[in-house]
Amino acid sequence: MSLVRKVLPAPLTSCAVFALWLVLARGTGASDVLLALAFAVGVPLLTSRLHPEVRVRRPLVIARYLLTVGFDVVSSSFEVAWGVLRWRWRRPDSRFVVIPLELRDPVGLAALAMVTTVVPGTVWSELALDRSAMLLHVWDVGDERAFVARFKQRYEKPLREIFE
Amino acid sequence: MTGVTDVPFWLEIVVSALLVASGLTVVISALGFVRLRDFFSRMHPPAIAYTFGTWTVALAGVLYDSTLESRLALHPWLVVIVLAITVPVTTVLLSRVALFRRRAAGEADTPPPLGRAVDVPPGPDLSQ
Repeated sequence: MSLVRKVLPAPLTSCAVFALWLVLARGTGASDVLLALAFAVGVPLLTSRLHPEVRVRRPLVIARYLLTVGFDVVSSSFEVAWGVLRWRWRRPDSRFVVIPLELRDPVGLAALAMVTTVVPGTVWSELALDRSAMLLHVWDVGDERAFVARFKQRYEKPLREIFE
Repeated sequence: MTGVTDVPFWLEIVVSALLVASGLTVVISALGFVRLRDFFSRMHPPAIAYTFGTWTVALAGVLYDSTLESRLALHPWLVVIVLAITVPVTTVLLSRVALFRRRAAGEADTPPPLGRAVDVPPGPDLSQ
């Protein structure tokens, strides 16, 4: 067990690097697989001092979360594009929204920052010093309370299940 | 190079539609960038270029290459994954800088810093 952990300090990262290399190399020949293995073992060893211990659970929640985010990226893209096109007739209700947070895990918060930035229409702007709230700039808020409730339910809750 | 004739006509239509959709997305994104006046509002239109704009191009690449090579070619999709990792770094950095500058200049309608609430327990220690 301890030997395995020594050689593979981050098995998930190793899998990701392995898959990444095979996709990039565009082949599954012996040389490609060997190189992929070398990188999958070498990269986490070299960078093991850089990343913290990350514990990820609930693969099904992760899969559903990815689908949710993917769907929201597309739908928000249309929303922002439509808002730009009819900007002359209706100005979007763009402003800052403070969202109280229950998620405390640093990696989970980093994931939340990524998600809010990647989904069009929201930009992560600030995290309170004690991680109790975040500041988000939103393209078109509308009902602020409904927005906050939807945001917490849709983006924060799955991350708490995955990382906490 | 096998040649374009190996790709069925309907797939060429799908791929072209995806590429055109991507181009339109970037045009709308640029239009928003020109139209909007406020820095923070201006951060939103480019987001559709680096998400929907790149997703459609990457999907077109995956479909076209997979058909051409008669096997699943996922490498264009790596662009989407890598962008999702790198774009937040610059976007959040820009947003933080803009917020910092506005607060330093004492501009109106800038939200105050989110301080430390008294009644909330602090998060886990990051300094180890």
